[in-house]
Amino acid sequence: MAIVEARGVSKRFGDVRAVDGVDLSTKEGEFLVLLGPSGCGKTTLLRIIAGLERPTAGEILIGGQAVNDLPPRARKIAMVFQSYALYPHMSVFKNIAFPLKAQGLARDEIPKKVEWAAALFGIERLLERKPRQLSGGERQRVALARAVVREPAVFLLDEPLSNLDAKLRASARDELQQFQRRIATTTIYVTHDQIEAMGLGDRIAVMQGGRVRQIGTPTDVYNEPADTFVAGFLGSPPMNLVEEPDALVGFRPEHFLPRAAYTDAASLTALPFRITRIEYLGADRLLYGVLEGRFEGARVIARLATTVEAAVQAGRTQEFGVRARDFKFFDKTSGLRTAARPL
Amino acid sequence: MSGRRRLSFLLDRDEWLGPFMIGPAVLYIVLVLGVPFLLALYYSVSDITVGSRTLGFVGLKNFASVVETTKFQTSLKNTFVFAIVSQILVMVLGTVLALALARDFRGKWFVRLLILLPWVAPISLGTIGWLWILDSTYSVINWTLEALGLIGPDGWYMWLGVPYLAMGSVILIQVWRILPLATVILLAGLTSIPHDIHDAAQVDGAGFFRHLFQITMPLIHPIMLVAGLFGLVFAFTDMIVIFVLTRGGPYDTTQVLASLAFFTGIQGGDLAEGAAIAVFLFPLLVAVAIAFLRVARRTEVM
Repeated sequence: MAIVEARGVSKRFGDVRAVDGVDLSTKEGEFLVLLGPSGCGKTTLLRIIAGLERPTAGEILIGGQAVNDLPPRARKIAMVFQSYALYPHMSVFKNIAFPLKAQGLARDEIPKKVEWAAALFGIERLLERKPRQLSGGERQRVALARAVVREPAVFLLDEPLSNLDAKLRASARDELQQFQRRIATTTIYVTHDQIEAMGLGDRIAVMQGGRVRQIGTPTDVYNEPADTFVAGFLGSPPMNLVEEPDALVGFRPEHFLPRAAYTDAASLTALPFRITRIEYLGADRLLYGVLEGRFEGARVIARLATTVEAAVQAGRTQEFGVRARDFKFFDKTSGLRTAARPL
Repeated sequence: MSGRRRLSFLLDRDEWLGPFMIGPAVLYIVLVLGVPFLLALYYSVSDITVGSRTLGFVGLKNFASVVETTKFQTSLKNTFVFAIVSQILVMVLGTVLALALARDFRGKWFVRLLILLPWVAPISLGTIGWLWILDSTYSVINWTLEALGLIGPDGWYMWLGVPYLAMGSVILIQVWRILPLATVILLAGLTSIPHDIHDAAQVDGAGFFRHLFQITMPLIHPIMLVAGLFGLVFAFTDMIVIFVLTRGGPYDTTQVLASLAFFTGIQGGDLAEGAAIAVFLFPLLVAVAIAFLRVARRTEVM
């Protein structure tokens, strides 16, 4: 187990700054998620930590030791790739045994450890198969078993669930988290899927343009976004942003409800809302429309749980409202969060 | 009008279009490869000579009389030495070269071009160049060795005139000639390995040799077999290098079956015996090809 630290890490590919001055530190045994849109530098940062890329500037520390000049094999890390990168010519057993052999483990120790790792993921009966005879979910488990078998200090996972179908992904997420809690190894997990990030991470580092925009618990980054990018990236649909003369005002779609849905209307800011379209999603209804009155013309979305009994109808203008504490304020030029103020 | 309609009608039907498209290729193979091959097969069991107008069937007599000669036996042995030694060298050097060229470095395209050059230049021209390089009087190699003080003025090597040295020389030129093809084939195999696999091996702690022998080589194994098969068949059947450099000499020490067939059949005028020598290796080569392809398929299916 170890703490991973990045100090001022940058990586340039020609003129492109893939990673641009990232400072980041995990906690002991933490599940840290790097979340961001594609091209935000999250995978590059992970590969720099793994030692597969050299940073242009900055330093990586694992367990307090600078590892910039160490090759991947000397960093006590294990990595699971998006494609799983199983060795196609080796059986599952040999795949899992490969890191052990490379480590120079005694020959008679190897089968024991392989069986231990295989048992962790319930793949004991697959040991004689070749990777191409496995399903996507089984391959993912083999990749995890190969990573865990030599008990690394840090786990690096690069979108390991993105090749699974939606149903399998949910159960794999659950297994992955339970497994991480059990072995309590520091884990850095890269994904572009915010549901994975929210569900798995102890903390989430939201990245964009090679920089970390915000790092915090899932509740933090969702409820208290540090800037307009984080506000707009997390949540689906994302936070509504409307313009004031001196600021941007944000509120989440689920906080934007018909006046009738509130029992206490005291702290409510009323916003007349002309609904143009309603999407029925089962558990929720998404109401698309335009604000009238104060924020005339601003396009916003409301998310109404089906359990909220309020009559809404497309084409009508209805009285909606947001509680004062659900408004977030952002600086207009920098996009950074500013202090709350009365609207 | 009706003609055009009939043509487009034909072209719309797969059972007509298929044969129509593949026809020229089949015709080409039959006329240019098939007919001469069958002719050679028939010549080898006939009594034909250059200038004779009769063509009598003599059974396996040609084979029997040819196989008895020491010239043939030496040539057979030389053929195997020439083909196998040159192929071993080609596979080893080709793998090393392909591994080097698979990496990223400045001026990669230029080095790749240089390595491909022997393959794109006409072989006979390149080989004539080598003939000069290895010439007993003008050899630049000898000249360089003398200039470096490694040999004296009396110690000049007769690269093509001394039995073992001549065989070594023709083998090296054959390697020079086949190497580009093998390298390009192996390079294609290397680039087809997903990059993640190499990254995974690195993270899993494999050092250079473990990575090479347990990950990279097994993954290009089928392609290595293909490259090996090509090179082997070339070396067994082709005689350009030997014909230009030594003409089989000195004292037949570099004579191979292909050159012997040429000298016997074309220059010696005994078409029947020449053909017998030429087709002698055919069953063996077919067997080699089948064996290679079976192994290649087995490694693929794993």
